[in-house]
Amino acid sequence: MGYPHPSHPRETPVLSKHFGDPEARTLAGWRARGGYEGLAKALTMDPVEVQNVVKDSGLRGRGGAGFPTGVKWSFMKPDGKTHYLCVNGDESEPGTFKDREIMRWTPHQLVEGTALAAHAIYAETAYIYIRGEFDEPIRRVEAAVREAYDAGILGGNAMGSGKRLDVHVHKGAGAYICGEETALMNSLEGRRGNPRIKPPFPAVAGLFGQPTTINNVETVSAAPHIVLRGADWYKSLSTPANPKSTGTKLFSVCGNVARPGNYEVGMGFPLKDFLYELCGGPPAGRRFKAIIPGGSSVPILTPEECETAVMDYEGIQAAGSLLGSGGVICFDDTQDMVRQIARLARFYAHESCAQCTQCREGTAWTTKILERIRDGEGTMQDLDTLLAIADNMTGKTICVLSDSCATPVVSGLKKFRHEFEAKIRPSRASVMIPSFPGTVAA
Amino acid sequence: MAPEGAHAHEPYAPVFTAGSPMRARLDELLTRYPSKMAALLPALWMLQEARGWVSPDGIEEVAALLDLTPAYVRGVVTFYTMYHQHPVGRHFVQVCTTTPCNVCGAEDVVNAFLRETGCGELGVTSPDGRFTVIEVECLGACGFATPVMINERLVECVAADSVKDLVAGLD
Repeated sequence: MGYPHPSHPRETPVLSKHFGDPEARTLAGWRARGGYEGLAKALTMDPVEVQNVVKDSGLRGRGGAGFPTGVKWSFMKPDGKTHYLCVNGDESEPGTFKDREIMRWTPHQLVEGTALAAHAIYAETAYIYIRGEFDEPIRRVEAAVREAYDAGILGGNAMGSGKRLDVHVHKGAGAYICGEETALMNSLEGRRGNPRIKPPFPAVAGLFGQPTTINNVETVSAAPHIVLRGADWYKSLSTPANPKSTGTKLFSVCGNVARPGNYEVGMGFPLKDFLYELCGGPPAGRRFKAIIPGGSSVPILTPEECETAVMDYEGIQAAGSLLGSGGVICFDDTQDMVRQIARLARFYAHESCAQCTQCREGTAWTTKILERIRDGEGTMQDLDTLLAIADNMTGKTICVLSDSCATPVVSGLKKFRHEFEAKIRPSRASVMIPSFPGTVAA
Repeated sequence: MAPEGAHAHEPYAPVFTAGSPMRARLDELLTRYPSKMAALLPALWMLQEARGWVSPDGIEEVAALLDLTPAYVRGVVTFYTMYHQHPVGRHFVQVCTTTPCNVCGAEDVVNAFLRETGCGELGVTSPDGRFTVIEVECLGACGFATPVMINERLVECVAADSVKDLVAGLD
């Protein structure tokens, strides 16, 4: 299948295999497609064994940070404390809409992965936090959770294992920052979504002060496939050239591109083939001007930088950006980069939780300057000021929202400086009035 | 804000009265969390579902139920963008204008909505009380530009020239 386009022959559909197939949404349909076999197997295994399989598979966090999942799970020890799992379905990074399709089309894939991850970290309770705007995904996941309870997959004796596994869906209420893991926990506890200072890390003191693991929707959804089919199978899906990035990744593609949508490819896929062959290149008659490869918070790439890049954590980094959440935003040659970077800055200014000064002031100030340049009111000195503010916004705050605002500004100024300069009204050159020959002051 | 003294004429009807379905839903919710406070966001959603917005009286009711102060609850309400702190039109229209949609013409879609609904201005309810139009930051449907949320329903791939028919189809 595939959605909104049928899967391309060069895709490797694992998570997206049943996108677009309404029958996969029901418990019966999911089971008919091999669903819940991975969870059943995991429940016969010790949590440490589950952690080890996932560690061996090389699976890394798909929310953006890319932390090895098995290692994260291994921080959770059987210490007799109440453990929690939070699944991050707050997907709000501009350009990213992959978790949405997992939840809409294969909600049981998520419920299965959530239950498996909870088991792997010695937790009995998991919360799936889904952003408030995702009305359909929330309803689909809630329906799947109900079905799973009715079938005894969840509850006091999960799949007959004698273990208790509870999964609850928690609806957000509109705040980009709640996708940051500590803000998510605050929001779930009924607080304002301000990120928390780390340490303590969630594995020590997280949700309700208890040891907690936070995983992205795509990450936990991949886990049952790995447990069922093995770490070697998962590693065989990506190019063997880079053992640090394994398996498949969902990429969301949007902006000025012929076929926007979700694509699942093995890690290490060539970015150029991805953009032109799978996504159809830029709209007819146009050329790409810029590509943001991993959601709006990562550095902007030029088409030249995309030429030889490969799509995995290290490959995109080598090209000068980050894989992030896998949201690929395309800009064609009709776009005004100053205008679009200003719009991005406005997004971050709107979404800043305002607890750190550098972010609260920096995002607003950056936006103000960029919009002034956009409107032809800027000065050359503004460009230096932007870079100075960006420097003060990077690495100095509780979370990385501030850095995320600075990133496209710095990379945009570096790669598209001529567009900024072209908008700045040249100051008038001084003109010496010539003296009139033959006239002498009396 | 509701006009001053509006509730003097229209006494506030509590949403979570004992024995009501809303109260039953809230009681079930409270079993999911180790603290009462964690049920705050869901309780505010239920309040908005019942009344169309989160009013000062509603805040007091929820605060009392969850052993919180009204000031605390107000602090939480104002953090999140989806709780309406004022009454809004029957159809609350949110148009995504963040960068990925912006490059696909989202601003033209906003202008078409402002024109066709008669709202004229962002955040202002149309004179007939039917519509309120706002710009919203990333709806997480970037590949389906421009996505528009009308109340809780998402409409994908809205173009400026399809807005007229879309608006005509709403009561």
